[in-house]
Amino acid sequence: MAGSTLSRRALVGGCIGARGVFVARADEPVDPDRMALPKIGDRLVEAGNEPGKTPLKPDDLGLHDLTLAWAFDPQTRLARDGSRLNMVLLMRFDPATLADAEREMAPGGVVAYSAVCTHQQCWVTDWLKSAQVLQCPCHQSRYDLRQGAKVVGGPAPRPLPALPLTLSDGALKVAGPFTDRVGGEKPGAA
Amino acid sequence: MQQTTRTVLMAFAATLAGGMSIGGAAAEEISTYAPVTQQRLENPEAGNWLLYRRTYDSHGFSPLRQVNTDTVKDLVPVWTFATGQVEGHEAPPMVNNGIMYVTTPGMQVLALNAATGDLIWRYKEKLPNDLFQLHPTNRGVALWGDKVYLATVDARLIALDAKTGKEVWNTKVGDYQHGEYMTLEPLVVRGKVMVGSSGGEFGVRAYIAAFDADNGKELWRTFTVPAPDDPGGDTWKSDAWKTGGGSVWITGSYDPKRNLAYWGVGNAAPWPGDLHPGDDLYTSSTVALNPDTGKIQTYFQYHWNDSWDWDEIRPPVLLNMQRNGQTIDALVHPARDGYLWTLQQTDNGIKFISGQPFVYQNAFKSLDPQTGRPTYDPEHKPVVGKQISFCPSLWGGEDWPSESYSDQTQLLYIPANDNMCGQMIGEKKQLMVGQLWLGADPDSLKLLPRGDHIGELQAWDPATGKRAWTYPFPSQLFASVLSTAGGLVFVGGTNDRMFRAFDAKSGELLWQQKTNSGIIGMPVAYSVGDTEYVAIQSGWGVDAQRIQDSLANTAMKLDANAVPQGGVVWVFALRRRP
Repeated sequence: MAGSTLSRRALVGGCIGARGVFVARADEPVDPDRMALPKIGDRLVEAGNEPGKTPLKPDDLGLHDLTLAWAFDPQTRLARDGSRLNMVLLMRFDPATLADAEREMAPGGVVAYSAVCTHQQCWVTDWLKSAQVLQCPCHQSRYDLRQGAKVVGGPAPRPLPALPLTLSDGALKVAGPFTDRVGGEKPGAA
Repeated sequence: MQQTTRTVLMAFAATLAGGMSIGGAAAEEISTYAPVTQQRLENPEAGNWLLYRRTYDSHGFSPLRQVNTDTVKDLVPVWTFATGQVEGHEAPPMVNNGIMYVTTPGMQVLALNAATGDLIWRYKEKLPNDLFQLHPTNRGVALWGDKVYLATVDARLIALDAKTGKEVWNTKVGDYQHGEYMTLEPLVVRGKVMVGSSGGEFGVRAYIAAFDADNGKELWRTFTVPAPDDPGGDTWKSDAWKTGGGSVWITGSYDPKRNLAYWGVGNAAPWPGDLHPGDDLYTSSTVALNPDTGKIQTYFQYHWNDSWDWDEIRPPVLLNMQRNGQTIDALVHPARDGYLWTLQQTDNGIKFISGQPFVYQNAFKSLDPQTGRPTYDPEHKPVVGKQISFCPSLWGGEDWPSESYSDQTQLLYIPANDNMCGQMIGEKKQLMVGQLWLGADPDSLKLLPRGDHIGELQAWDPATGKRAWTYPFPSQLFASVLSTAGGLVFVGGTNDRMFRAFDAKSGELLWQQKTNSGIIGMPVAYSVGDTEYVAIQSGWGVDAQRIQDSLANTAMKLDANAVPQGGVVWVFALRRRP
């Protein structure tokens, strides 16, 4: 069933349970390094699995296996999990099915995008097997992850920003900043 | 039109001695303001709209009659005001002695001259950068004393000076990062500002809470999902209560005689009932609580172990009804579950009187004649791992938009959706804090239209349980209803952008006006001087758009983009006053 991959991984991770904490609460000061968006050289760790802080490798991801991740500074061993806007989504595809521009940023077929819907900032997490698109659960915006996350349905005004990846010692590594501004069209507005 | 404008301005000028002054051309100032008192809320002047449904009994009825079945043909727009916002404009324009307060998405309150449409002040605050909005909307400010009260999508309650729009206090009510948010208009009783928490789709455990109108201090907080040791706690047979939903997001009714505030409670979370075994009090219920203490005095659960996302979020309409030769305190609720419920408030609690479907409903097999408790057809009750269809859809027979009860015709006007069923496959998923948590396979969620139409404006006589008339619409009807002593019923809610007036007795369409966007808001009637006005926000979005999107994927093949967004306040009056 769609979405079951995410829940299985979450359960394996063991930390995405009820009231498991991803992000700092609104009234707590947060380390600026944790608040920062992914930086070049960062690795990626599975959200909810930060205690292990094991950088993800392409083989850790099953085909069409949605994984939510945080960027991770290998020097300070800090995950950039201070804001929900930093959430990254990873999905592995057969590289031959990716658009050329995608393939260059997707080592082993793993694409990375901001998980934050460009409509109202919900996390985009529903893989629809039938349509082969990723859908936002809040308002059903649909993104084609093989085609630069272009919008193929729903109210989202623009694609999910991409996060270029490369490999370092076999692990996924951030090769460049997000290709566009992360978040809704009018941050904070309706 | 020129003539009309002049007339209206003159009419307004005549009222100035009563309270306000017009400032310079740029902005107006309110020199004096008529404070809102308990006495005024319990007996509102005919020309004002001081409560969400004008009166505490939630009738949504205006005693004004200048605009009536004879004159409505001369109803014309006299001013409009662009809100600058997209998404769902659902709030009633609140009116106190010629000053209108309108809320919009994007955390905005507008104070307008209700006769001229001139801006008096604007409150607009930036929302948090990381806010996620499932329901980008707001349903109005509450009025009390010399302040107005705004509940926000980032779960704050804010008091503004009614004359200036300046913030007086700002209290955090919940944690938006955990999926708690507010969209409702608060309910004020004797200086206690009551609100409720949304977030049933994010696995919150919701509550109703009251705050001191003067300083924002929290006075009490009552969870709508009890803990195991609380009364009703034993109706949750697992730990699901911790994330059980029960959100509260539409303004309650209030009965001053019994000092009871009636609140509707939302669905249990997540959707499939086998993920939260038990009756799951007080989800899909009306609770009646004491506004001084927050203590729940009595309740009625419309359907146990909700599995359909059928929030019973609107409070009941309170009315005196003749039954067996006696006048009873009746509670009438056209439910999201598709049944029209009639209950009685007694000294011993809420008593079931009757329930009958007002739209096609296949989930209930029968109701217990004594208690009203439904027996379910398991073929139409969603569970994990099985595709289940059910009627009505998750948007129900009547969703959040309010019905109206006319004190004149003694009919109840229901904005219904018939012939719209749904399907889902339940799915067990771990809650991820801050992420939507429906418990449904997203690939399986579909609308199943049937019949030759969906929307219906229905008129019912609650005393006899008989339907008086029905006006059908091809697709969805998704907006609140206003009835007036002019013998009229007003409603928008259709995807053709129309605002309509019907003959309250016969259901004949008497007047319509195409607006900028689709109307999902709440019409009101008010007067300034000797002129009656009818006001409505047009600004399509949220669930009406989601239904449009879903019907686009059915044989109906609606155009998902048919209705443009962008909010405008529309105000109408007669071209020629009698």
